[in-house]
This record gives sequence, structure tokens and C-alpha cells, in this order.
Amino acid sequence: MNDMVEMIRIEGLSKSYGDVAVLRNCSLDVARGEVVVICGPSGSGKSTFVKCINGIEPVQAGRIAIDGENLPSKPAAAARVRARVGMVFQHFELYPHLTVLENVCLAQIHVLKRSRDEAQEKARSLLRRVGLADKEASYPAQLSGGQQQRIAIVRALAMDPVAMLFDEPTSALDPEMIGEVLAVMLELAREGMTMVVVTHKMGFAKAAADRVVFMDQGEIVEVAETARFFAEPASERARLFLSRILTH
Amino acid sequence: MNYAWNWGVLFQSPYLGWLGQGIAMTLAVSVAAWVIALSLGTLIGVFHSGASGVVRLATGSYINLFRNVPLLLQMFLWFFVVPELLPKAAGIWLKRELPHPEVVTAIVALGLFTASRVAVQVAAGIAAVSRGQSMAARASGLSTIQAYRFVLLPQAFRIVIPPMTSEFLTIFKNSSIALTIGVYELTAQTQQIQSFTYQGFEAFTAATVVYMTIALMVTTLMTVIERKVSIPGRTARG
Repeated sequence: MNDMVEMIRIEGLSKSYGDVAVLRNCSLDVARGEVVVICGPSGSGKSTFVKCINGIEPVQAGRIAIDGENLPSKPAAAARVRARVGMVFQHFELYPHLTVLENVCLAQIHVLKRSRDEAQEKARSLLRRVGLADKEASYPAQLSGGQQQRIAIVRALAMDPVAMLFDEPTSALDPEMIGEVLAVMLELAREGMTMVVVTHKMGFAKAAADRVVFMDQGEIVEVAETARFFAEPASERARLFLSRILTH
Repeated sequence: MNYAWNWGVLFQSPYLGWLGQGIAMTLAVSVAAWVIALSLGTLIGVFHSGASGVVRLATGSYINLFRNVPLLLQMFLWFFVVPELLPKAAGIWLKRELPHPEVVTAIVALGLFTASRVAVQVAAGIAAVSRGQSMAARASGLSTIQAYRFVLLPQAFRIVIPPMTSEFLTIFKNSSIALTIGVYELTAQTQQIQSFTYQGFEAFTAATVVYMTIALMVTTLMTVIERKVSIPGRTARG
């Protein structure tokens, strides 16, 4: 459509559970093709924030637009916009009762109304790309965590998303499997996918992110170019956070 | 004890026929009631798990009402009280023109009662599927109905197969209560054999063996089904 339009525009997002505010007036624009990493201490609201971007977590206040289209508050209307944004979860959330191929085809067939052949062809070509073509008949529980997460990425990509959201995609993985998932994400970033990634992997942030968002206590404390963020964070809280995680 | 055993009575006419008719009626009432219980119970369970406000109040009320009143009393209410409360024409139709009113009433009463128990199990099964699954389904653009149909219910049904087996066995055994409103099911037929022949031991032993045999067959069948639909790669629960 219009290159001037931000791919994701988030304005004044607020959310609370009873008296506890989990997000306070968070705003962020993500440009087409941009990779943004969100980091911050646990409980800072970063996971909730990323789940609000496609509306699977309801918010009390704020506006979200994807590719220039407002995310409606009505669930049925929101589903259509949501289908254009891929999401990858910490615990993979593959459907355990379906094979890998069925997992990747389900939403293609029932949301995008693709034919079964078309959906399977798309699934197979993506599975080949992540090196899992031979696993299409397997069930999720028969695969390693790294394989499951790569398939979860494929499942999201099969919908031809305009942007991808990642919620701590490597936090539930054994250390030796983190690399294979990050490699797929790096490749996506290089291909120009718009990405919002919640992660503690500062190596990934340095390698792939255009900007880093630092969150603490439900607030976006700092948004900075990646190199600047790591070299000279503007806020005291970010400095403290970085000193804690980078010493390990 | 002075008792003249005569197992042969069970194989004499007309008693063998009575037994057969009793078994057929027990199975017919149980299966028909189960169809009501499973479909209505699933529907109520789904709404109970997913809804809030008025809908949840309605499903909760149904569950509380039907689960907390004794089945025997419910059967009497449906048979003796409800027709009197309805508009006159409907009441007369129920009592006079409806074919086999006692059988229909037994099926409805048993079905509605068991639906409340099925609803609780189904709601628990849905709750046992992780919240992340419904998030993943919605994130991919599936509608709420599609998420239930393709993601949540297939997993919930697998979880509730063992308690559903118990529910079916309960409906099957509870069908004997239908004799109180005049349904000639297995227990009623054996009681009749007893009063005609005074061979109560034989008659009731026959009923016991038949109930147990059918129940064990159902249990075996359900175990086979459970194994068939179990999710590959997941350790089977014992």
C-alpha cells in the first residue's frame, strides 16, 4: 500500500488486572521491514505487550493499527486482522493432536480458505526451508523443542503474514537447541520481515535488531537504536538491567 | 436354607423372552438417553467453559438444578407433575397420545439428568487444555467456534474419555430406575419373573450377570477407543 505507513502502530496501550497495572500508556511504531527487540526484567509486561499487539490479550485503553488497518475491538472482526500477523509462543503451542503438516495447514484452510493441496504445497516448501521436510507426518510430541519451535514459525509464516511477533521464542528450549531457532529468525530478519521479538538473547538483538525497546514495570522506558542501546543506554534502569544480564 | 434351585426357568417360555425384551429395553433407554446427555451436555459444557454473564448463569443453573435433585424424584416429576403444569392440551397429549409415554419420559429424565454431569466433565476437559492453545488458535485468525472445533474440543474429548465411560455406565445402570414409572426394562422383567415363578435367585442373578457383562464390554470397547485416539508421542496415562 503506502510505504509511509508504519507496519505496526501502537498508541497509548494500558492494561490492568484489578488494581495492578501491567501496561501503562505504551506507544510504539514499527516500520515496514524493521526488527524490534523488546527486553526488560521479568514482570516488566513485555510478554503481555507483545500479546496485545494482535489483540489476543484485551486492553483497557489504546489503539493498534496493523498495516494501516485498525485492530477492531470486536472479536470476529479482529480475527481477520490478526490472521495477517504471525505469532510464535514461548511454549510453541503446536496442536498436539495434529500432525506437523496438519498444524501448518489448519489456519490456511479455515481462515484463508486455501484448498488442501495449495495449503500442503505451501507447508511443504516452508518445512523444506527450515530443514524439517521429513517431519511432516510426525506429531509435535515426537519432536525436540527446537524442531517444534521451527515448525511453529513455519505455521505462522504459512499465513503470509505482514509482520511476526515472537514471545520469548527460545526461553523454553534446551541450550543446544537455541541456535537452530535463532538461525531461522535471523534469516527472516535478513529477508526483510517486520518483527517484534521479546527475548533475553542479547546476541540476537545485536545481530538482528534495528531498535531495542526496554520495558520496566509496565512502561516503555527507552527506545533506542541497537548499537546506542548497548553502548550508552539513556536510562539508569536500562543500564542496571544490562549490567546484570551481560555479566553472565 | 430351603430353596429349590431351578436355573432352567430362565430358558423357558415366556421367561426367556421377557429377559430378552428387558435387555432390549434397557439398551434402548440407555442409548437414547445417552444421545441426549452427550449432545446437550457437550453444548452446555462448552458454553459453561467459554461464556460469562447471562450465559454462564444459565448453564450454571442447569447444572445445579439437574445435578442436585435425586434422579428418582426427577423421574417422578417428569412423569406425574410436568404434564399437569403444561397447558391442558399439551398435558393430555403427553398422557394419552404420546406413544409409550413412560419410555419417552424415562429417556428424557435420564438424558437431562446425565447431561448436567456430562457438562461438568466437558467443561473440566476444556479447562485442562492449556490457555496457550486457545491463544495460538486465535492468533492464527481462527474464530472462536473454529478454535473450539479444531483445537480445544478434540483435545478435551480425549481427556474426558475415561470419565465419559463412567457416565455411560452410570446411565446404563440408572436406567433401572425407569421401572418405577412402569418401563419394562431388565430389572422390571426379572422382578416379574420372580413374582410369576418364585425363582427370585435365578432371575436376579441373571440380571446381575447381564448388567455386568454389558458394562465390562463397554469398558473394554472404550479402552480400545482411548488407545486408538491417543496422541502419538505422549506417554499414555494409566
